[in-house]
Amino acid sequence: MSDLMTMRSATISVLVDNEAGVLARVTGLFSGRGYNIDSLTVAPVDADGAHSRINIVTTGTAMVIEQIKAQLDRLVPVHRVSDLTQEGPHVAREMALIKVIGTGEKRVEALRIADTFRARVVDTTTGSFVFELTGATEKLDAFIVLMQDLGLAEVSRTGVAALARGTRTI
Amino acid sequence: MSAEAPQSGAEILLRALKEQGVEVIFGYPGGAVLPIYDAIFNQNSIRHVLVRQEGGAVHAAEGYARSTGKVGVVLVTSGPGATNAVTGLCDALMDSIPIVCLTGQVPTHLIGNDAFQEADTTGITRPATKHNYLVKRPEDLARVVHEAFYVARSGRPGPVVIDLPKDIVINPAPYNEPAAQHKSYRPRTEPDLGQIAKAVAILKQAKRPMIYAGGGVINSGPEASALLTKFARATGFPITNTLMGLGAYPASDPQFLGMLGMHGTYEANLAMHGCDALLAVGARFDDRVTGRLNAFSQGSRKIHIDIDGSSINKNVPVEVPIVADAGKALAALIAAWDADDAKVDAPALAAWWRQIDTWREKDSLKFTQDMTPGAVIKPQYAVQRLYEIARARGQEVYITTEVGQHQMWAAQHFKFEQPNRWMTSGGLGTMGYGLPAAMGVQIAHPDALVVDIAGEASILMNIQEMGTLSQYKLPVKVFILNNEYMGMVRQWQELLHGGRYSESYSAALPDFVKLADAFHATGMRATSIEQLDDVINAMLDCPTAVIADIAVDQKENCFPMIPSGAAHNEMILGPEHESSGAIITDAGMALV
Repeated sequence: MSDLMTMRSATISVLVDNEAGVLARVTGLFSGRGYNIDSLTVAPVDADGAHSRINIVTTGTAMVIEQIKAQLDRLVPVHRVSDLTQEGPHVAREMALIKVIGTGEKRVEALRIADTFRARVVDTTTGSFVFELTGATEKLDAFIVLMQDLGLAEVSRTGVAALARGTRTI
Repeated sequence: MSAEAPQSGAEILLRALKEQGVEVIFGYPGGAVLPIYDAIFNQNSIRHVLVRQEGGAVHAAEGYARSTGKVGVVLVTSGPGATNAVTGLCDALMDSIPIVCLTGQVPTHLIGNDAFQEADTTGITRPATKHNYLVKRPEDLARVVHEAFYVARSGRPGPVVIDLPKDIVINPAPYNEPAAQHKSYRPRTEPDLGQIAKAVAILKQAKRPMIYAGGGVINSGPEASALLTKFARATGFPITNTLMGLGAYPASDPQFLGMLGMHGTYEANLAMHGCDALLAVGARFDDRVTGRLNAFSQGSRKIHIDIDGSSINKNVPVEVPIVADAGKALAALIAAWDADDAKVDAPALAAWWRQIDTWREKDSLKFTQDMTPGAVIKPQYAVQRLYEIARARGQEVYITTEVGQHQMWAAQHFKFEQPNRWMTSGGLGTMGYGLPAAMGVQIAHPDALVVDIAGEASILMNIQEMGTLSQYKLPVKVFILNNEYMGMVRQWQELLHGGRYSESYSAALPDFVKLADAFHATGMRATSIEQLDDVINAMLDCPTAVIADIAVDQKENCFPMIPSGAAHNEMILGPEHESSGAIITDAGMALV
């Protein structure tokens, strides 16, 4: 019973019809039933734009995660629900744009750290940088924490995109 | 095809409805749906029943659907027409009733402009429906109508809204057939036979088994109820029904322990509490059934058959989940049970029945009716006599109810032998459900006896539908247990809120006899015990709609009762019994 009550994070991918209202059905389900959304991404994923993939990172007990998957699965426009966290190894990446404003030694230090993280500079003025950084959520979190003392001004994150490793598909 | 004149969207809509076998639509016209009403005017195969408020239309369609197994169809206008329908949609969603609700919408070019009678119907009804559609292209119309019926009746049934902008129903539209198979929604109905085998193994070993069956059995069709009965008899196991499941198993059968849950019988709830193997079929372990979750049937190995995977492991973790149609799963269970050579533990089973019989001896639904002329009528006795007299007359009887004490007394004291005879708002608990639902039942079964067992407070919530009864000469009998209180509210205030009867007195009640008269129906009244049988007989003899106002004991409470936050073995029995059960705690009070 205790493992049923332990909270875990789950990255869930949902293949849906790319039609009006489908995102509202998914987000409405989460808000209406009191589930968490830690991150959410959605975009069409085939050439003719017929299907979209929604990637949701959520947190809950095993029972709640099972509920979330079952609730998603019974939505009419949903084709497939895949719990990437549970079904095997997966890769998950997100991208962030991070604006840092500053001059002098802090500006140099920000650039030095960005280099260590392999962040790209996508915009610069004499008083600011916009870094582009792609990676696991934890890597982005770590970079943002480091920038806090170096003039962190604004962050824009995409949320997680994820795929199963190997030959498995949704 | 080319020789045919192009058909308007409204004509295409009606053609698709006809192909779906629709015979009746419950509706109310308005600006946005006038083209559809024009098309209805020009045909004769689909009957339209004009309700008096859109909420009544959805409940009527629910009554029609529940008593026939068909999809109920509703047609309402945009804006307030659609918003009035929302309660009925939620009700159908909670109770898994197949409904297709057509809502008018402002023309596509005005959507989002705050146009007259515009509401974001798909937005508002998204959490109130199983699925909804906004038709924006004429070529989608026929396909969407067919899909909507498929979605409404497949898997776990539910309400589907089709929002129809006015230009879509006016302009010509092609008739595009739907795809042979829905592209994404294909609910599983066949059980996994490995899981069935596990279930049989658990049940064969059981010393204290219990079957708990709900509305899913009824939704699966009458054959599922027959299979449930067959399986219960083959096993000899005790069985209980939920409020939604009443009629799935014959109430007169000795293996039937009555309804379970908050106002269920002592024997049903204690058997749930004490069993060592629990087979749940088409029931969803809701809070009114389980009582306090961490004390619910702790010692049992649980098997759960449900067509909706999200109902399994939602409230109560189970050992053997089986996602399947109840009827198909029961057929597989019977086959596997017969094929398995293992014998049941007959001595243990006999001991279990002896235990159940001692619980039965409590006679937890007991009440005492004073038969002295002039004595006040007990509400339970009124239901009991209605049942006995109707049965003695041999008529086919359908019962609907409103919500509250009268609903629970009806569930406890009216015995159902067949499915689809009992229509009540179980999940949402919608006061005002019973009268329009009875209307829908009577439309589907013109020669049957249809009785709405009502309370004087609930009936006023949709009393306007008396007009519909009159217009269509529907002889629905409204049997009001009038205690001049919102009885269940009063009961909770007495038991949980220190007797502070805040706003629960039904002040300024209408004269129901005159009210019936005003609606061209027949009114009658019983105020003391010697009048009861005469009024019931007169009501059943009456060719018109009737309101029978039965003045009942105002102080009567509905027992037994599992208080909020209590376990099944902490039931409160009525004043007929020595004190028993739990004291309601503040924490329990908050659980509602």
